[in-house]
Amino acid sequence: MGLVISFCLCECDSASQKLTKLRVFTDPRGSYLFLAWLVLNIDQYKQNYHLHDGDSLMQKSLLINADKCTGCLQCEMACSYENYGVFNTAKSRIKVFDFHTTGKKVPYTCTQCDEAWCLKACPVDAIRIDANTGAKVVIEDVCVGCKVCTISCPFGTINYVQDSGKVQKCDLCGGDPACATSCPTGAITYVDADWTGLDRMRAWADKLGNQPAA
Amino acid sequence: MSWSGKILRVNLTKGTCQSEPLNMAWAKEYLGSRGLASKYLVEEIDPKVDPLSPDNKIIWATGPLTGTMASTGGRYTVVTKGPLTGAIACSNSGGYWGAELKMAGWDMIIFEGKSPKPVYLFIQDDNAQLLDASSLWGQSVWETEPSIKAKHQDPQIRVSCIGKAGENQVLFASVVNDLHRAAGRSGVGAVMGSKNLKAIAVRGTKGVGNLKDPKGFMKATAAAKAVLAGHAVTGQGLPTYGTQVLMNVINEVGALPTRNHKDVQFEGAKDISAEAMATPRETDGKPHLVTNQACFGCTIACGRISKIDETHFSIQNRPQYINASGGLEYEAAWALGAANGVNDLEALQFANMVCNEEGMDPISFGATIGAVMEMYEMGVLKKEQLGIEAPFGSAKALCYFAEITAKGEGFGKEIGLGSAKLTKKYGQPDLSMSVKGQEFPAYDGRVVQGIGLAYATSNRGACHLRGYTIASEVLGIPVKTEPTETNGKPELVKAFQDATAAFDSAGICIFTSFAWTLADVAPQVQAACGEEFTVENLNTIGERIWNMERDFNNRAGFTSKDDNLPKRLMTEPAKTGPGKGTVSGLDKMLPEYYKVRGWDSEGRLNSETRKRLGL
Repeated sequence: MGLVISFCLCECDSASQKLTKLRVFTDPRGSYLFLAWLVLNIDQYKQNYHLHDGDSLMQKSLLINADKCTGCLQCEMACSYENYGVFNTAKSRIKVFDFHTTGKKVPYTCTQCDEAWCLKACPVDAIRIDANTGAKVVIEDVCVGCKVCTISCPFGTINYVQDSGKVQKCDLCGGDPACATSCPTGAITYVDADWTGLDRMRAWADKLGNQPAA
Repeated sequence: MSWSGKILRVNLTKGTCQSEPLNMAWAKEYLGSRGLASKYLVEEIDPKVDPLSPDNKIIWATGPLTGTMASTGGRYTVVTKGPLTGAIACSNSGGYWGAELKMAGWDMIIFEGKSPKPVYLFIQDDNAQLLDASSLWGQSVWETEPSIKAKHQDPQIRVSCIGKAGENQVLFASVVNDLHRAAGRSGVGAVMGSKNLKAIAVRGTKGVGNLKDPKGFMKATAAAKAVLAGHAVTGQGLPTYGTQVLMNVINEVGALPTRNHKDVQFEGAKDISAEAMATPRETDGKPHLVTNQACFGCTIACGRISKIDETHFSIQNRPQYINASGGLEYEAAWALGAANGVNDLEALQFANMVCNEEGMDPISFGATIGAVMEMYEMGVLKKEQLGIEAPFGSAKALCYFAEITAKGEGFGKEIGLGSAKLTKKYGQPDLSMSVKGQEFPAYDGRVVQGIGLAYATSNRGACHLRGYTIASEVLGIPVKTEPTETNGKPELVKAFQDATAAFDSAGICIFTSFAWTLADVAPQVQAACGEEFTVENLNTIGERIWNMERDFNNRAGFTSKDDNLPKRLMTEPAKTGPGKGTVSGLDKMLPEYYKVRGWDSEGRLNSETRKRLGL
């Protein structure tokens, strides 16, 4: 009868041992679900929140070069097919914006922030880190559709889905992003997260050091 | 099975929108888009109906591959009886609108009757309603789309609509979607205008998901995309230069119709070519071409986005033309340029932009101006009448005519009749470079014999997209044939016409056929729709569609006499180029073509052909 279970969960940064996060659960549904999940997955939880410790896998990032985008939307279809089994650009987690007056087409999706606002804002801990890819992943069974993450994300890349009552965002397809695979022009690639600037560096290096002197 | 299985029937007279199941038996025989919509049209209207009367119907249709990951799977067609020709009209467009309709869960929309006041159709998935368009009437395409998006507070809506040209029932008015992609030919926009239908706004969130074999489909489409990427035309030529890659090529083979087909080579071709578009201008150091752009699902990306020189006379005090927009494509560059002897690239793009802005077919418009300029030079038309001096080569006259035609002002009203009616009115019917009332596209039909036959027999009037034999006769795809040779051309034309009908009906772009044959298309359609769509069956479907369209035209009153070419192409030999001295050999090819088609000497389907194709 009106029973509300609340509890606090403290998280510590492993290096500094400072308190970095305080979560208060007031929704019984979220609390129960989270507690149940935590009992079963305590090792994974620890691992997820200590991503930068020890021998983590090399992460990759989606690298978007808007200059190469033609606006064909193959990425949007590939994304919706990967996640929902249908070709449906309305369900895509990557969107291509067509700026008609300049002729620019710009694909945009989640950058997988290290300090992810969505993850921090989620009151039920439905957004977790995939230890292998570093992607911030929405756990649909846990998400209660409160949309706080959609407000907190500065880039708008996490959004509510009416059909499911949950939010969705890019999860890097578990390490093989369908958008990058489907892009016919190389506007979307999946590269070493530490070296997203490599191509641009190479272009400048070529210009400054490799071309014959004028 | 890749069709949505559902069509929307809108009665504009009564203001009703009703859903009905797709006739699947017809879908198996006519596939989709062009073929299937034409089947509905010929079953539902009297072939002799006045195209601009409420008794005509107009259909927007997608194909089974529309809205899928098949490369170029974003096409839709607008099918009706065309007011420019009186023949069956089927105009095809890319952009994003077709896929949006399919994702909303509809294969096609059939409009019948006429609305008592201006309306637009608004579709959100299953919900369709007719809404008041009185505030949109009088707006251009470029104003209508943002107005509708703002009204519904949804920037993701896609709009297919008419501008002032359609409202004014210019006989070559087009239907434009996504601001600069058009179902351009045969005056389908005028039919829309005649029904007081301003726009169809769609938001689709259901997607396309009921494929026969999804995994097989992903495999087949990936393999077909690799073929496009590896082909010199679809992998390099078209993405880099667009269709404009053809300007210098066609000029060199002496098949670039110039000054209303008086010449076959244009001395200014290099000034309006793809190469010119990519060269920095002297005035601002920037090239005309800004970038290329794909339509929905297209891995070729031939579309051009360009920006007019800000110092050019055409756009002074006209801020709406300063930004980048669609164009120039080869056909428009030819019709607005070479056909009128105009070599001012910026002026061509201005006229092209007006065509997109107000919804006009730049081919028929440009070619009609060619006839106007010739009549001006002959003294048949005078400056006082036209409002401007209009000799061949006048960029100023071209830009002026574009605006007055779209707006229906002054002599623009007469230009809006198209070249056939206009030249007849002034006693010069031989000066209309058209077949069945529709103006030629950008290849000379007396030098390239096959394309001449394709024009003469095209079911929607002169058209290159009903059997693009230029691929074989000029580019050597799939095999090279000699342009000036007439032998073998009837068979070649038939093969191209039938295959094209199948490509169009699948919901993909005909430009894929530079690299694909039906052997590349069939596995994709089979995985999407069912095993029965083999190469052989697709060819038969194409042939069935062609014959159905022909039969409709015959019943509408067309005879073998209408399978003709203008006198100029039959009697005035090409003056220059490799084809110098040739005239069209249509008289030799046409009887043979009828035989190959299984038609009688009057060009009517014989009973055996009807039986074989199930017509």
